Amino acid sequence: MASIGAIFQDLPWELFIIQTLNGIVTGMILALIASGLTLIFGIMDVVNFAHGELFMLGAYTGVVVISVTGSFWLALILATLFVGLLGAALQVATLRPLIGRDPLTTILATFGLSLILQNYALWQFGPVARKISEPITGQFTLFYLEYPWYRLLIAGLSAAIIGGFWLFLKYGKYGIWIRATTQDRVMAQAMGIPVPWVHTAAFGIGAAMAAASGVLFAPLVAVNHTMGLNWVLKAFIVVVVGGMGNLGGSIAAAIFVSLLEAYASIWVAPSQAVIVSFVVLILTLLFRPTGLFVPTPK
Amino acid sequence: MSELDKPTDPLITVEDLHTYYGKSHILHGVSLTVGRGEVVGLLGRNGVGKSTTLKTIMGLVNARQGMVTLDDRPITGMPAHKLAKLGIGYVPEDRRIFRLLTVMENLRVGLDRPGVSDARKQELLDKVFAYFPVLGQRKDQAGGTLSGGEQQMLAIARAMMLEPKIILLDEPTEGLMPRMVSQIHQIIDALHREGVAILLVEQNVPLTLEASQRVYLMEKGAIRHHARSSELKVGDAVIKQYLGV
Amino acid sequence: MTKLLHRHTVAFWTIFGVVIALLIVAPLVLPTFWQRFVTEILIWGLLAMSSDILIGYTGMVSFGHSAFFGLGMYGAAAALLWHKPANLWLALAFGLIAAAAVAAFVAYFSTRLRDIYFAITTLIFSQIFYVFIFTSTEITGGENGLSFSRPALGIPGVWTVPFNNTTLHWFVLAMVAGSYLLLRRIMRSPFGMVLQSIRENEGRTRAIGYPIERYKIVAVMLSGLFAGLAGVLYAVQNRFAAPDFVFFLVSGEAVIYNVMGGIGTLVGPIFGAATFLLLRELLGRLFGDTFPYLIPLGVIFIAIIIFLPQGLFGFARRWLNR
Repeated sequence: MASIGAIFQDLPWELFIIQTLNGIVTGMILALIASGLTLIFGIMDVVNFAHGELFMLGAYTGVVVISVTGSFWLALILATLFVGLLGAALQVATLRPLIGRDPLTTILATFGLSLILQNYALWQFGPVARKISEPITGQFTLFYLEYPWYRLLIAGLSAAIIGGFWLFLKYGKYGIWIRATTQDRVMAQAMGIPVPWVHTAAFGIGAAMAAASGVLFAPLVAVNHTMGLNWVLKAFIVVVVGGMGNLGGSIAAAIFVSLLEAYASIWVAPSQAVIVSFVVLILTLLFRPTGLFVPTPK
Repeated sequence: MSELDKPTDPLITVEDLHTYYGKSHILHGVSLTVGRGEVVGLLGRNGVGKSTTLKTIMGLVNARQGMVTLDDRPITGMPAHKLAKLGIGYVPEDRRIFRLLTVMENLRVGLDRPGVSDARKQELLDKVFAYFPVLGQRKDQAGGTLSGGEQQMLAIARAMMLEPKIILLDEPTEGLMPRMVSQIHQIIDALHREGVAILLVEQNVPLTLEASQRVYLMEKGAIRHHARSSELKVGDAVIKQYLGV
Repeated sequence: MTKLLHRHTVAFWTIFGVVIALLIVAPLVLPTFWQRFVTEILIWGLLAMSSDILIGYTGMVSFGHSAFFGLGMYGAAAALLWHKPANLWLALAFGLIAAAAVAAFVAYFSTRLRDIYFAITTLIFSQIFYVFIFTSTEITGGENGLSFSRPALGIPGVWTVPFNNTTLHWFVLAMVAGSYLLLRRIMRSPFGMVLQSIRENEGRTRAIGYPIERYKIVAVMLSGLFAGLAGVLYAVQNRFAAPDFVFFLVSGEAVIYNVMGGIGTLVGPIFGAATFLLLRELLGRLFGDTFPYLIPLGVIFIAIIIFLPQGLFGFARRWLNR
């Protein structure tokens, strides 16, 4: 094992910067997925195991729309709308009947949903992965590499979507309803907010955000029925590390974890780099269980 | 005293309400009425079921038996958000304002209703800030940063945004300084002058007797006594019996 | 009262005896495929039963069972590959110790967390083990897993008789039935009562003075032990170990069998496994192998959660625990 000094001397700093970019890109996608997850948990205490599958369905819907229309942007919009509505419908059918019951039941119900959705995708689209091409090709030179513009576009778009969502929460009339319901469900009802519908809308919004990330990310990976699994796990880690129900926290955590993993990939294989996120989670749970980016409650 | 039992123009009637928390039988057949524009007091010691009565009327807790009507229309078991729209405002014990929302946002929650013109919304805001100037000063501050008394004002103001026919007020003076208590008294009087009915749950006997037209006395989940406020005085035996003061 | 209890005891053992008798006779009359099928039901049922210790009796949702199951499997594999001739008892020992060790490790980190955090942490741990096993190709065979030969029943060197489908089935039956009776005994003991009181009201149990964390750790280890046993049995039956069994979805399936069968009943999970696996087989036969059987099964599962939350055997819960 080389000495620490030697490691720093040999540190390929160009690689470091490239990985920083990669970490940020992945982090923004993860942030978009995690935002939906944390919104759903914050407002109705539901751990949505099916979130990864909503991501996956978004990607597949994108595949279908592109094959019909050839337009990536149309695919993005339609997939987001379609999966958002699907999510709302699923919430009404399977989660509304469970309101007031043991939280265990919603974990199980969403787990059941995830199995159904995964198998549906497998059945409809088969086990062979699909590919969709990037809407903008072209790269710019970054040191000795050609770095694709598209990756930066993903990060930018994800940031824009999250930003738009944040603005909606802060200033929109329904955004205030969502925040009020998240803070105090009972008093929100007493103030005339139709809480069951706010829950449905929140689930739909979370699903829509997952679907959007699915379409955005699809050109980078193979679209297949299991693509949701890895992301849902990472998204959960991010949500816990960021503080459950804390939007800003999950975004920060998403970027933090993705950066760490990207750096770890310099030395170990990517399939092992995931351990980093596990370690961060365990440390968070041991020492700051309310969330790394949340001030410790008084 | 039976001529008191039915006020000439009942707004809310509660009949034989039985409410349980799990296996605990909290309300044992509560019956009362609140007339339109009337201020009615509900007095009793801690734990007798006063708050539960309000929560049951508001649909936050389900009654196992019994009936609640608003304007002669049965509302038992209706969800709270519908009742808020029908004109019942609720100000809970410990206020429960939205701590992370600003004062203005707290008010907007009740204000942003369909069918209310912008002009009317502004009128309501102006009125509320006239009643509670402090809220106007702190309008962009987060609710959680307000003092106890200010939060109580916000809780009442928030309910007023719904333009309710009746406000269910749960122990508004608890933990407040005497100066604030008299301010609450003034608010109740002002609301009464505007024709808003109030069902006032309290342990503060003098305030309740002064602010209300009728009072009910509760013990162990049931109404034990019912009188016009003018007929009761603080030191009366019946008050001592049910409130221990 | 004693008379009622006496009647209950008689009824219980009679029914138990009948069921066991049926299961003993089963391999003698069923064709090969179904022989193995019933054995597999017992093994998965055991895994689901181990999950019931936590969900049904202690009130802790765990997705960590795949780790315990998988390590039991790999532990047995290690014994069977390392020591020749293959020794059944060594495999059991290695498997159980491996599972218990993993359970202790997971328990240490997760039991101080409540509810959802506990569930997520156990899930993450399953995945940690999955990643380790998947990537440590030299030790664990990585993606391809390990294959080995089936040990014989008996003590090598003294007397052995190789298993056939029937005798293996009887062995598994003995293990599973024994586990059930043992667990039932434990759950009716003072220890089990404390676990149930933790499930009912953790705060109150803690306030009375019980060291809750310690009880929870023991519960997780107990659960891990029996999940590991299921893993060993699976390894012995199928002669291979693969990382797929450590993936968190396996935990999810155990929980599904558990909930479908009825939590808090111990036998319910076995019937849940039987129902699920039978339905899956049936759907496959009726509609072909590519039929996405998990769609209707998933729907049934969700329907049970919504409309029949106590599970198929929930009605018998009180009776079974008397």
